[in-house]
Amino acid sequence: MALFLPLAAGIFFASAQTASARCCTLKTGASPNATAIATLYDIILGLGVSVFLIVFAFIAYSVWKFRAPKHPVAAQFHGNTRLEVSLTAAATMILVVIAAATFIALPTIIDPPNSNANVGSVLSASLTAPVPPNGKEITICVMGRQYIWRFTYGANCNKTAWQDRLPYSYQEMEAPAGEVVKLVIQSSDVIHSWWIPALGGKVDAVPGFTTYTWFEALHAHELYHGQCAQLCGREHAFMTALVNVVTPAQYEAWLRQQGNAIQSQNDQVAQVRRYLVKQGILTSSGNF
Amino acid sequence: MSTIEYTSRPVPQILVHEVHKPRLSRQWLDWVTTTDHKRIGIMYIVLTFVFFTLGGVEALLMRSQLSVPNNTLVSGLVYNELLTMHGTTMIFLFVVPVMAGFGNYFVPLMIGARDMAFPRLNALSFWLLLLGGIVFYASIFWHPPQAGWWSYPPLSSKLYSPGGGQDAWIFLIHLTGLSSLVGAVNFYVTIVNMRAPGMTWGRVPLFIWSILIYAVLLIIALPVIAAAVTMLLTDRNFGTNWFNPTDHGSPVLWENLFWFFGHPEVYIMILPGFGMISEILPVFARKPIFGYKAIAASTIVIAFLSTLVWAHHLFTAPMPLVVLGFFMLSSFLIGIPTGVKIFNWTATLWRGSLVMTASMMWAIGFIVLFLIGGITGIFLATFPVDWQLNDTYFVVAHFHYVLVGGAVFTIIAGTYYWYPKMTGRLCNETLGKWSFWVTFIGFNLTFFVQHALGLSGMPRRIYTYQEHMGWSTYNFISSVGAFIMAAGFVMSFYNFARSYKTGKVAGPDPWKANTLEWFTTSPPPVNNFDAVPRVRSVEPMRDIRLEIEAQTGALQKTGGSEQFSRV
Ligand code: HEM
Ligand SMILES: [Cu+2]
Ligand SMILES: [Cu+2]
Repeated sequence: MALFLPLAAGIFFASAQTASARCCTLKTGASPNATAIATLYDIILGLGVSVFLIVFAFIAYSVWKFRAPKHPVAAQFHGNTRLEVSLTAAATMILVVIAAATFIALPTIIDPPNSNANVGSVLSASLTAPVPPNGKEITICVMGRQYIWRFTYGANCNKTAWQDRLPYSYQEMEAPAGEVVKLVIQSSDVIHSWWIPALGGKVDAVPGFTTYTWFEALHAHELYHGQCAQLCGREHAFMTALVNVVTPAQYEAWLRQQGNAIQSQNDQVAQVRRYLVKQGILTSSGNF
Repeated sequence: MSTIEYTSRPVPQILVHEVHKPRLSRQWLDWVTTTDHKRIGIMYIVLTFVFFTLGGVEALLMRSQLSVPNNTLVSGLVYNELLTMHGTTMIFLFVVPVMAGFGNYFVPLMIGARDMAFPRLNALSFWLLLLGGIVFYASIFWHPPQAGWWSYPPLSSKLYSPGGGQDAWIFLIHLTGLSSLVGAVNFYVTIVNMRAPGMTWGRVPLFIWSILIYAVLLIIALPVIAAAVTMLLTDRNFGTNWFNPTDHGSPVLWENLFWFFGHPEVYIMILPGFGMISEILPVFARKPIFGYKAIAASTIVIAFLSTLVWAHHLFTAPMPLVVLGFFMLSSFLIGIPTGVKIFNWTATLWRGSLVMTASMMWAIGFIVLFLIGGITGIFLATFPVDWQLNDTYFVVAHFHYVLVGGAVFTIIAGTYYWYPKMTGRLCNETLGKWSFWVTFIGFNLTFFVQHALGLSGMPRRIYTYQEHMGWSTYNFISSVGAFIMAAGFVMSFYNFARSYKTGKVAGPDPWKANTLEWFTTSPPPVNNFDAVPRVRSVEPMRDIRLEIEAQTGALQKTGGSEQFSRV
């Protein structure tokens, strides 16, 4: 008997937690892929909790009902093949249901919906970037390095960012609401993992590889937190990321402003450099 | 050694060549030079419990650091060192070798043999393990490794982990790997060749089945990690570029090699525990195990499948979708035989006469906790869900449910069960039960809330977090729970230490158990058995008790409850 009170208390505790928000489910509502994953999770949670309760009830009942003082003579049986086969089949069925649910949910998770900038089908954590049918896309490159994320905005951002003078930012990404954003993920040193929980699953940034994912932030004026999910060194805990979702108009304005700011900084640096070269402090190739 | 005459003759088959006088003053030397499987087993168990304690202290330091946001108890560097030491210790220096310790002590006894097949190799296994532990722990005086127990390159490369700790880690993998390999071959040969007359494969105790499969899995998995860490070693020190992305090497190659070993490794850690539970439950339920064949067969199926699921650890790595789908389905598949086992254990309790000893309570606690860990495993095997959960505290919760609630609970259950055989004395049952409840409650406080932390976005392996993330409450609960759990384990440790001198004398078969180790005295003599009975079923000791009853009319008290449970 003493066995049950704490167990019952544990279950009560667990279900009390279920009642309170933000404990037992994934984040939903910010981006369709994250919402689809959360739905899949809910299905598994329902099945999992049911299985647990059934098996646990069975164990608890046995322990209470068949304890030696109450039930001194044990029944001597060795098995029951019919029962065993049916329970195995039941377990298999549960897994078949989960597998089916996964494959049904999968397109919503890996293929972005249509938006103004339709980027077509993008495989999560895939090695090949698909070509959008209408060529319209918003691409942001995510570069991980110890211990900060760098974001470069615009097509071909992983190839010709420098020549094209694409705007970039560190740690905080700006993103337009209501449009599909394709992320091109790379790392320049060790393995990192890109992850904004509200905007979908994580994708590793592995040096030597390029991986892709997407999100469609549904609401403007939201700030989403995330952080690197792969141990990358001593300040891994501080490799955070923010996604600031704004309206498309604000996004374009921000891009222009950021581009101009970078340009003027570059101009200033160039000016200083010319000055230093003239003074003979730097050689013309930029060395001391 | 298979003849029937041997065993039906009442005269012990011992040849005496000469008689030594006991050397009382040099007892420690006897331990150092021993090739007796029982002494080696005890040395294994004591040594690995020391490592468990070290790993536990590291865990408590980490939990203290995480108890409040923005804590500065340890730095990021020290935290990474702690988590690497903790994970490596618990896996390579505690759970895997402690199973070898129990295997060493009980395999020969349970199959009616007089020692392991290769007693000297057996001693070698132990000393290699000790050496591995020393090499690894020596690194705390210089630079402990800091790349986690996976040691993913490039983080583990010379460029990002310049200290020698990473090399010490590689050395540890080699030494403990060699130790386990030698031990595995020894178990395999012993079990295949040295079983008592009449012990056909259908009558081998389930613990022996699990040790056999443990040995086979070690032989499959260890060469792969040995090769991989050698490649890492040459990358670090001799200019090769296997895993170096700047020179056409691939970190993903390491990920695959590591987990091809790593996943079988988790079954290496849990299968012997399954075996112990399959021995303990029937004894204290006073009825036969439900579905002996299904349990033995599911052990084999699990072992086979466990070599086909490694990439479920790589769902977020660069891999084609079809690979993800394959590894999701293969991981689901392995859930089925695991479910079969849980079902069989539960059915073993059904309509039994349950004697609630401390050992039995730890065993039932194991079923409940392992069930939770198994169910959360299904979440992680569903790859889109894993994209959210991978590398978060949800995973930390999952694997502690299967490793602590699973493996460690079986180890404690097994220790309470076999302690009287190993020492000749019974543990204090009341303290054992208190220890169970304190540990069980502390465990759930520590790890249950970590599921919620993972779901709300807390990655694992971070040494601190900010107040505004909303993780503070759960982390505080988790840290308090860790100290409660530690207190629970300490109670059992104290129990084991104290009962050695003060426990009630156990006699050969205190539990009225089923298998051959209970046929001999406690502790057993050096030669284990003077005569080995012929085995006629999975429960030879029960057969013997029934026969005595039939011949003498003396009731053999199969109920057993009079002694061990209070009404
Ligand atoms: C005694 C109670 C234990 C406590 C309080 C505890 C606590 C912890 C903590 C705080 C971490 C670090 C999580 C992180 O920062 O990501 C951790 C990691 C880990 N623990 Fe434990 N642990 C315990 C026992 C065990 C046992 C018995 C095992 C194995 C059998 C184990 C295996 C691991 C592993 C493999 C890791 C991962 C290390 C890594 O990330 O490289 N732990 N544990
Ligand atoms: Cu990181
Ligand atoms: Cu695995």
